[in-house]
Amino acid sequence: MGTVVVDVMLKPEILDPQGQAVLSALPRLGVGGVVSVRQGKRFEVEVDGPVDAAALATVSELAGALLANPVIEDFTVRPG
Amino acid sequence: MGVPVGVVTFPGSLDDRDAARAIRRAGADPVPLWHGDADLRGVAAVVLPGGFSYGDHLRAGAIARFSPVVGAIVEAAQDGLPVLGICNGFQVLCEAQLLPGALTRNVGLHFVCRDQRLRVESVATSWTGDYREGQEIIIPVKHGEGRYVIDPDQLEQLEDEGEIVLRYVGNPNGSVGDVAGICNPRRNVVGLMPHPEHAVDALTGAGTDGLAMFTSVLDTLVHRGSLDPGLPRLLLDDPAPTGGTL
Repeated sequence: MGTVVVDVMLKPEILDPQGQAVLSALPRLGVGGVVSVRQGKRFEVEVDGPVDAAALATVSELAGALLANPVIEDFTVRPG
Repeated sequence: MGVPVGVVTFPGSLDDRDAARAIRRAGADPVPLWHGDADLRGVAAVVLPGGFSYGDHLRAGAIARFSPVVGAIVEAAQDGLPVLGICNGFQVLCEAQLLPGALTRNVGLHFVCRDQRLRVESVATSWTGDYREGQEIIIPVKHGEGRYVIDPDQLEQLEDEGEIVLRYVGNPNGSVGDVAGICNPRRNVVGLMPHPEHAVDALTGAGTDGLAMFTSVLDTLVHRGSLDPGLPRLLLDDPAPTGGTL
């Protein structure tokens, strides 16, 4: 058993209104110095074998087909 | 027996009944299609209705895209079957890559629900032939994830090819180029965020401007001569008309 982590982020050129909403809340917390927030998703994918190259390749395929929409999102895959 | 037009129901579809009613109003016969069933039941056209298919989990339309019925629709659409994706149906069509681009969270994050003015940019599709080019119509929008995005090169291509079908007059969600609806290069697949099925009856809607979308597809089918669902479907660019009847 092992875990593969997939991080999905909107591409830099795609507007992220959720991140903007978070950013706009920061002054209310008294937090300064933050100029940008972008919100993404993290998936923890458990596999029933070792997290080897084959497992990473399988999860990569899954990420490109389902977890991320490559039209608007980038993703990274790494052992958890 | 009228023209059979399919309406897909996913878990979480909301507007399948309104879509069926609009189809009936246009003079066709709505045929219910179930998400888990790859059988299109011989329909001559398909409507993917609005709602929140599979709870919109992950991304709107992301999971619906892999349902058996969508697999069958993608295949049939590539053979020329007229397909209309409304709101969540548009999101499904983009996720399924039948249409380019994607629908993302509205600018300002607000869910918008209002009667929306639109301009018809192209009448050369399977679903808009009964409008006039440049015609302004009012159809409700109701969505939280309706901001159309596409990279600048592809947007230019859509513009050049006349594949932008509808534009907002007063952009409600931040969509690039005020895009409210687009079509594929073959022009049989149309997706739009506004809800024409909610504008088919003056008593319950802003007006009846949405009805023409459903009558348009009947005209398309008549001109193609493909009203008999048992016949092979003809291409939009085939010689027309070939004498189909309602």
